[in-house]
Amino acid sequence: MKKVECIVRPHLLEAVKTALQEVGIVGMTVSEVKGFGRQKGHTETYRGSEYKVEFLPKVKVEVALTDELVDAAVDAVLKTAKTGKFGDGKVFVSTLEEVVRIRTGERGEGAL
Amino acid sequence: MKTPILRRLAVLAALGLALALCLAVSPAALADEAAAPPTPESNSEAIALVQSHADYVWTLVAAFLVFLMQAGFAMVETGLTRAKNAVNICMKNLMDFSAGSLAYWAVGFGIMFGVSSTGWFGASGFFFSDFATEQDPWVFAFWMFQVVFAATAATIVSGAMAERTKFSSYLMYSVFISAFVYPVFGSWAWGGLYKGGGWLEGMGFIDFAGSTVVHSVGGWAALAGAVVLGPRLGRYGKDGKPRAMPGHNLVLATLGVFLLWFGWFGFNPGSTTAASKDIALIAVNTNLAAAAGATAAMIAAWLFLKKPDATMMLNGALAGLVGITAGCANVSPTSAVIIGLVAGTLVVFSVLCFDRIKVDDPVGAISVHGVCGAWGTFAAGLFNGEGTSAAILGVQLLGIAAAFVWTFGTMWVFFKIVAATVGLRVSAEEEVEGLDFHEHGNDAYAPDAFRTLPGDVTP
Repeated sequence: MKKVECIVRPHLLEAVKTALQEVGIVGMTVSEVKGFGRQKGHTETYRGSEYKVEFLPKVKVEVALTDELVDAAVDAVLKTAKTGKFGDGKVFVSTLEEVVRIRTGERGEGAL
Repeated sequence: MKTPILRRLAVLAALGLALALCLAVSPAALADEAAAPPTPESNSEAIALVQSHADYVWTLVAAFLVFLMQAGFAMVETGLTRAKNAVNICMKNLMDFSAGSLAYWAVGFGIMFGVSSTGWFGASGFFFSDFATEQDPWVFAFWMFQVVFAATAATIVSGAMAERTKFSSYLMYSVFISAFVYPVFGSWAWGGLYKGGGWLEGMGFIDFAGSTVVHSVGGWAALAGAVVLGPRLGRYGKDGKPRAMPGHNLVLATLGVFLLWFGWFGFNPGSTTAASKDIALIAVNTNLAAAAGATAAMIAAWLFLKKPDATMMLNGALAGLVGITAGCANVSPTSAVIIGLVAGTLVVFSVLCFDRIKVDDPVGAISVHGVCGAWGTFAAGLFNGEGTSAAILGVQLLGIAAAFVWTFGTMWVFFKIVAATVGLRVSAEEEVEGLDFHEHGNDAYAPDAFRTLPGDVTP
């Protein structure tokens, strides 16, 4: 079992979600996040004084899935979240030790 | 204080003395007037003075109420659009009033209410140039009431063009409508309220407080803007069907509608520009039509959209208010309820209809102000308290058509020229990331934690 976390541009969330569903992912968690990578921030002025906006708004999508689905899921994100400019985000893949469905108490892949 | 009883006695004695003096003096003093007791005729000058002061006070208080409608529009439009554009829409509302006020002072008022030799536009009194200090200052009270009306027509458009219009181009539009488009049509229908006179009012056109003059003009300008701009990115799916783009704060939108409803008690009853007993019926009609509009929109939404959608109920109340504006002084309260019910139903289907033909109007301004303004103007003739006739309805329809042709025509050409030269719409990148950040460098709801201030601050 793996966990895929993707940081993407907020306005592309809908497209990423649909593409992930198409490869067979049945659930996900999303959150509004802020951060920076190579895109960096911008310097802005507020009432004549400068300040830096370094943390830019992004959306984080988290999906738990079986090992076989990982490649298809990552491809789906690449296909939909890529604009080719700085700030497209990242995908993190990590191993999941355990999954439990709270309603039934199922564990492992059956709980995905 | 030591001897209160003595003090009271002294006061009583003094009063008694004064009374005795008055009685001794008064018969002589009153002798002349006793012969002719005062009558309304003999006091007519004093009465006229009080009346004229009351007219000033009521007209100005009503103007201040109408001014509050600017806040109402700002909140409705902010609430019904997305958070990333909140600063931009608020500033469009602030600046269309500010730029519009200056334009209306410089040019607009003279075109609308200056001396008109043709019946098509006035041409005197620019910059208050025909006012001399020794004159009665009525022109100031009247101007104050008229400028908030001009600003109402102007600010309607910001909602329909929200979330994608360049700030600088919107400022140009504000000046253009306040200095030219609104005053020209206004001179046709209302010029005679001051020094002007227009062809439409000469035919007996009924539009007491401006269903057409203010609201339809704003609504049709909004239509021209939305058509030239095109829909917001993502508003229509690949299948061509409209997709929901929910507003970010329906609480603010509701506050805005209440402010508008409140301001309308200045808009309609204030249009007497005189302290008179007429304002009671006008206030009642205004309130009943708004209530009927909200109720009808609720029912229509419940029946046809399955739930009593909040944004439709809010639009319904405004639709009722726009609908009654033309006829508020010459229809009965029962007619006002009917006008409101029709407007509230009409607005729901009008919003759905404009959505379907891909005219993207985030707040429903075209339906509320354009469509229901036209309905209200027709209804003012249809439910006219002194009877209706084909001739009356014909003039009403002519006024409705003239407003559409003039406003949509001039504004469409204007927006096309702006689009072809300096540009009307922001870049796609700007639209996606929000106008607040790109146009203003501001953020309406920025969390403090995510802003990096220059330098370290150690507590």
